[in-house]
Amino acid sequence: MADNLTLILFLPMLGGLILTLLPSSKPVLVKFWANLVLGCNALWTLTLLGRFDATHDLQFIQRLPWIPSLGAEFFLGVDGYSMLLFAMTSAVGFLASLASWNAIDTRLKEFYVSLLILQSCVAGVFLAVDALLFFVFFEASLIPMFFLIAIWGGEQRRMAAMKFIVYTVAGSMLLLVGLLLLYFEHWRQTGFFSFSLPALWATKPEGDLGLWIFWLMFAGLAVKVPMAPFHTWLPDAHTEAPTVGSVYLASIMLKMGTYGFLRLVLPGVPETVKQANVLWWMSVLALIAIVYGALVCLKQKDWKRLIAYSSVSHMGFCMLGMFSLNPAGISGSMLQQVNHGISTGLLFILVGLMYERRHTREISEYGGLFGPMPAFSFVFLIAAVSSMGLPPLNGFVGELRILTGAFEMSVPWALWAGLGVVLTVAYLLWCYQRVTLGETSAKNLGLADLSGREWAVVLPFLIAAIGIGVYPQPAFDMLERPVKQIMEKVRPNYYAQSN
Amino acid sequence: MPNQPDLQLWLILFFPLLGALINGTLGRRLPKTVISAIAIGTVALSFLWVVRSLSELGQLDKPHIERYFNSIASGDLKIGFDLSVDRLSSIMLLVVTGVGTLIHVYAVGYMDHEEGFWRFFSYLNLFMFFMLILVLAQNFLLLFVGWEGVGLCSYLLIGFYFLEKFAGDAAKKAFIVNRVGDFGFSLAMLLMVVQFGSLDMTTVFSTASKLPVETSGGVVTAVALLLVVGACGKSAQVPLYVWLPDAMAGPTPVSALIHAATMVTAGVYVVARSSEVFLKAPVAMEVVAVIGMITAVVAALIGTAQNDIKKVFAYSTVSQLGYMFVGLGVGAFSAGIFHVVTHAFFKALLFLGAGSVIHALHGEQDLSNMGGLRSKIPIMYWTLMTAAVAIAGVWPFAGFHSKDAILLAAHAHAPWMYWVGVVTAGLTAFYVFRAMFLCFFGEYRGKAHPHESPAIMYMPLVVLALLSVGGGYLPVMDWLAPLYPAHEHPHDMSLILISVGFAMAGIFAAYYIYVLNPGSADGYAKSLGGVYRAIAGKFYVDEAYDAAIVHPIEQGSRAVLLDGVEDVVVQGGVGATVGVTRWTGGMLRLLQSGNIRSYAVYALLGAVIFLGVMASSGGAR
Repeated sequence: MADNLTLILFLPMLGGLILTLLPSSKPVLVKFWANLVLGCNALWTLTLLGRFDATHDLQFIQRLPWIPSLGAEFFLGVDGYSMLLFAMTSAVGFLASLASWNAIDTRLKEFYVSLLILQSCVAGVFLAVDALLFFVFFEASLIPMFFLIAIWGGEQRRMAAMKFIVYTVAGSMLLLVGLLLLYFEHWRQTGFFSFSLPALWATKPEGDLGLWIFWLMFAGLAVKVPMAPFHTWLPDAHTEAPTVGSVYLASIMLKMGTYGFLRLVLPGVPETVKQANVLWWMSVLALIAIVYGALVCLKQKDWKRLIAYSSVSHMGFCMLGMFSLNPAGISGSMLQQVNHGISTGLLFILVGLMYERRHTREISEYGGLFGPMPAFSFVFLIAAVSSMGLPPLNGFVGELRILTGAFEMSVPWALWAGLGVVLTVAYLLWCYQRVTLGETSAKNLGLADLSGREWAVVLPFLIAAIGIGVYPQPAFDMLERPVKQIMEKVRPNYYAQSN
Repeated sequence: MPNQPDLQLWLILFFPLLGALINGTLGRRLPKTVISAIAIGTVALSFLWVVRSLSELGQLDKPHIERYFNSIASGDLKIGFDLSVDRLSSIMLLVVTGVGTLIHVYAVGYMDHEEGFWRFFSYLNLFMFFMLILVLAQNFLLLFVGWEGVGLCSYLLIGFYFLEKFAGDAAKKAFIVNRVGDFGFSLAMLLMVVQFGSLDMTTVFSTASKLPVETSGGVVTAVALLLVVGACGKSAQVPLYVWLPDAMAGPTPVSALIHAATMVTAGVYVVARSSEVFLKAPVAMEVVAVIGMITAVVAALIGTAQNDIKKVFAYSTVSQLGYMFVGLGVGAFSAGIFHVVTHAFFKALLFLGAGSVIHALHGEQDLSNMGGLRSKIPIMYWTLMTAAVAIAGVWPFAGFHSKDAILLAAHAHAPWMYWVGVVTAGLTAFYVFRAMFLCFFGEYRGKAHPHESPAIMYMPLVVLALLSVGGGYLPVMDWLAPLYPAHEHPHDMSLILISVGFAMAGIFAAYYIYVLNPGSADGYAKSLGGVYRAIAGKFYVDEAYDAAIVHPIEQGSRAVLLDGVEDVVVQGGVGATVGVTRWTGGMLRLLQSGNIRSYAVYALLGAVIFLGVMASSGGAR
């Protein structure tokens, strides 16, 4: 029971179903129920994290027939990597919802139903061990997110929602084609159909077919990550979405892209991935994202948009680490995905808290918040410091591992990434200074500092940021086997050579 | 190491951290006396624990290491929370906690009337925590944690007066410039991992010491040079020194503690700590010496033309750090560290004294609005004068001993370095005494009513003054001698006399211009013309950086990326997407005719195309 991934996967959706029966005339009941469900979901996931055994691969497995004729199964399970992402997803999702307690006043019930469905969909992406199941959740998550942006978003919400859906669906189709090519190649080699990931990983397509699969999957996932220049849906979607939507987008849904790369691409077409020209392109695109994203942040006037663009830069680091194709880079990339979920989630929540108070996202409207809101300012600083990868906070260990990996691959690449490190500090400090330091203008004088509920939201983030930063060992222990699994696919001789 | 006593070294760190946490969380509701007691008490406890540990350890012939838990271990690379004390770090520990305690005491008086008293002491204690991590770290990663932590605290404290824009700007500048250096440090760590397979200092150094000396460059040289990049950031050396003068925007106790006595010497400490690496890389050593020399001269020149009393001392700090680098670079590691110690005494004293003057004049920092304060605040006058004599290098004061140790070693290495160093010593004496004379001699030119500081502020000054007088006789160099290769050079009396002569000349020149002929300075400045303007304009380095780096990045990101690329790509891309979608939709509508037979044809076509692709890509062999 306690370890049943199917139950935990559908718990939020079930909560959503029950929620439709509750009266919409009682908003507090609706809010309370939805948050209760998400809270239980988060706690449950964390107990699962506690029971996870880092010395084994796939755990808590659920395997049922689904579409036998296609070889698709209802196959759930977690290894160290997906366990971490799943735990982050449930916890961050709940906290974002709690942060938005007062943020929504129209169509409250529909809002929370969408949110609960969304939670199940994103969880499904990380739990699925069957590629088709993965893809179904991958696509299904777009629908509630589309509504979250289109109905409860900012002024430009419709445009942003359209852009988001058109872009990502177009990408997903290419991903599906790539996936099917791999699937058929597996059939050609073995004579039976299967979508299960371990089966697909054994395929190892080579030559042109490998390239086709790689670029198709790349096109789909690069939109999701997003990698420059496919990031153009992101600033609008992230900025226009309500706070909780931005958090889900940035903290969780971007990880679906990097997760796809690490689950489908690296082990799926290992022979292609290690080709020099492919690696070159991936690294260059990652570095462009890092530096370009940071530079664009430097001149943003919109607080939320700045944080949105910072994701482009940060996800570039994850891609760079991944494609350095060594344990340091890959484990750094994996951990940094969790870290980015924590730090950027917190940053979006903080912007959201200010938006509720002032109803503006213009940086120039703020300034001197340190006077009326010292606690908020301090939390903002910690979030920024975590995001810029400063020890002893969480961003540092991930970034260091990624840089180690990049350095091992190519010193110039690591140097370019270093430029991104410096620029990150610049734009975050610039933003921090503009928002919290200086004279407090009259409009900001009477602002109330963090409330008890808001403290309850930010504290878990701070604990996670400091906890992972000071003692990342348990996370690295969990990642060791998944990293090794990928390494054995892409560079089977790596461990033998380095010894 | 089973035979070593367990000294609970972590307590040295823990006390200040505890103070920071208590004052940081509860401070707003606590009375000032309690806040002060916590802040001073925790640092004093830390000092006592250092003293206790060192007395237990005795001669410290081997480093004492305590390992607590693994932080990042993967594969062969194990990095843990490991602390160690050796002869070098023992000295730093005493300086950091000792001088730190004195400055905390002083700060209680200095910050008495300021808003955010609790916040200030919380940051200050946090700084002590990270600084002690930096000193005690047994591996480079932990050292880097402390290194970045002190940078963050420095940021917080420079920007302490958050209402002032210049404070925020200065804090940001300090952080970003340091981040450039820090990246060098990160790369050094990565290279160490690749080259030595470890970040543990014992392993790295013992591996390095077995390697041959790299006469023309190589991996060890690269590691050393990257460490130098980091050290240049933290210790404000050319070309990364520009943040330190601006950092004076912070409260004066911060300038004394962080930006004079402790944090800025971290770069010197790291180089001295890594001597085994540097000794294998003579090229890097030479670079350290030359950077130090340039920094010493440039900063001393700028210091002669500053009118803000804190800025004078800030450039003086940059210059003195340059001396320390010269010491390291010429191989006199122990002399460099000796100068760290004496400098901590007299420069902390200079800053705290300057703070008291500023305090006495209700915030006035401009030397042109001071003057004649000798009789009005005599305790300040005498303590500051002690520090000034010490920094000028007059026998038998503390600065004399350490500076001459460096200069003698420089002479043995390359005589020109000695001569440049001696001239710089003259300049140092000149600008410090210029500040002294403008402040304490002549007529009072300000409007405020100066008053002597309370005892809590001048007692630390008296202690530091005693150390500035006698600190030169501390056996620092003998204590450090076993760590470094013997550095024999003749004790040439004439060289010492020459350097003291230059110092005396500098003092006399300042006396002649600013006391005997007040008002004559402008004439000299005018006769120097462009040279003087360049010096007073700080050689326009800030302007050059703005024009060459800051401006292009800012303008570039706005004009090219944000308004250009991003607009075109985002908007254009979307336009294109929408267009393509519409067009596709239209075409698809044509396809959806409802005619079953045409559907069948499409399906067949699709299958053929699919199989064709498979075949052409070799998939369907």
